[in-house]
Amino acid sequence: MKIKQLSIFLQNKMGSLAKPLEVLTVADVNIRAMCMADTSEFGILRLVVDDPIKGKEALEENNFLVKLTDIIGVEMNDVPGGLTSVLDVIKDNLIDLEYLYAFSHNKEDKAILLLHAEDIDKLIDVLSKNNIPIVSAEEVYTL
Amino acid sequence: MYWNEEIETMPRQDLEELQLKKLQATVKRAFEKIPYYNKRYSEIGVYPEDIETLKDIEKLPFITKDDLRESYPFGLFAVDIKEIKELHSSSGTTGKPVVSGYTEKDLDTWAETIARGLTMMGIGEDDILQNTHGYGMFTGGFGVHYGSHKVGAAIIPISTGQTKRQIEIMKDFGATGLIFTPSYGIHLAEVALEDGVDPKELGIKAIGFGAEGWTEEIRQRVEELFGCKAYNIYGLTELMGPGVGVECCAQKGLHIAEDIYYPEIINPNTQEVLGGDTPGELVLTNLEREGMPIIRFRTKDLTKLTYEKCECGRTHARMSRITGRSDDMIKVKGVAVFPSQIEKALLKIGDAEPHYMIIVTRPGTLDEIEIKVEVSQDIFFDGVKDMMDVQTKIAKSIENETGIRVKVTLVEPKTLPRFEGKAKRVIDKRNLH
Repeated sequence: MKIKQLSIFLQNKMGSLAKPLEVLTVADVNIRAMCMADTSEFGILRLVVDDPIKGKEALEENNFLVKLTDIIGVEMNDVPGGLTSVLDVIKDNLIDLEYLYAFSHNKEDKAILLLHAEDIDKLIDVLSKNNIPIVSAEEVYTL
Repeated sequence: MYWNEEIETMPRQDLEELQLKKLQATVKRAFEKIPYYNKRYSEIGVYPEDIETLKDIEKLPFITKDDLRESYPFGLFAVDIKEIKELHSSSGTTGKPVVSGYTEKDLDTWAETIARGLTMMGIGEDDILQNTHGYGMFTGGFGVHYGSHKVGAAIIPISTGQTKRQIEIMKDFGATGLIFTPSYGIHLAEVALEDGVDPKELGIKAIGFGAEGWTEEIRQRVEELFGCKAYNIYGLTELMGPGVGVECCAQKGLHIAEDIYYPEIINPNTQEVLGGDTPGELVLTNLEREGMPIIRFRTKDLTKLTYEKCECGRTHARMSRITGRSDDMIKVKGVAVFPSQIEKALLKIGDAEPHYMIIVTRPGTLDEIEIKVEVSQDIFFDGVKDMMDVQTKIAKSIENETGIRVKVTLVEPKTLPRFEGKAKRVIDKRNLH
């Protein structure tokens, strides 16, 4: 159920994103979703790829600092207010989200929201109880 | 103008005789009173009676900062604590600091060296001297203070900082002499100009500076800003404090008070003693110290000596401006910093020793120090907040270890240069040498 996300440490300077992407291209690892958290000096590149273990190994061979982080993906309605309805549930259950990012699904009218919180099991629990569909890791990897 | 004409202009032959007599007495006392010297000299079979000429000093082993540190706190004192009137400690803190103890007579000797220096600078009883060196364990503040008392100047013990107040006092009290580190001096002048006070109009006669590296360009800038001459003062806590050497009006090197300190220049690699006019590492010996006689201290400062009589009439040897270090110490904001301290601070953060680089710059007039640290698995987290915490923790740890604030930059693994053999950890972009 949990998705293995790659978190990569990068310096915030021109061109620093190009190198890891090139490494993944050569390793034939495909990116499904990405987001970048940055400060003026460094950033953390977060990637969901089709093969996280292979991606991590390829990046580490090229001296990148990579961590596998557990995140989860939920399916939401791709309509105005779709995101809010999911977030309201999370907030009402007093869960502090660390970060989130989203992308549209190939299923019609659906989007996928990727979430990270310190207590990820509690997050899964709350979402399940509120009938918010959690998508399997495989589904996200092979989208 | 001389403070002590007889000594300062003594023919070299007489001076050397005086030095030999004092050296013999110092070695004898050290050997008899201090177990450290007794043990070291006995081990290699050298005894006080073997010192028959000045050259015989070369039979004695060197003493280093590490030896001094191992004797922390009072292991090198030659007198009982009841004879000690004052204690100081070095600004650099690689592990244990170095302690320096002074008897009443030592304080007077120290004041004597500064009095000679202030007289060289033209500061006397008619003057008002504003001392911006820190008063505390650092020897800079008090050394100047005692010397100023001796020449009869009125001292303003204002210490470092409070720049606006410094300017106000300078103006209102009519200071005629200033003591500062060159970078602080330039900062003072710039702040004064911003406040509409032209430092040139203040009537400053002379400036004494030291405690950090400088170049002729920096001196010229200080002299231009204040419209007077600026003189270099050299010294170190281990030997006493400031006053080991001071520049005279000729500004062609610093006169070492040779009846009080015996200077040698050695090749730092072979430890061979070199002659005059040859650059090398300065080695100093206390010829006139009761509390804590230091014999053949390796200063690690690179300079050269000239024994030629100076145009000012003084016969004491002159050392040139310090051109560097034989170890990797850097002086930032007047504070001694060793890469080993940075290493120690970094080891307190993660499990592994990270690769790092120290970059020292002087963007305006004040020093800045940046530490680039390669991020490793043990200090890498998925959250931006966590990474900011790592950065802050490293900066705090370094500040605790060195006493100075640094900027920490986290960089990707394997992006800093690697070295075979001895790593070059410091990039000094200040062009001080």
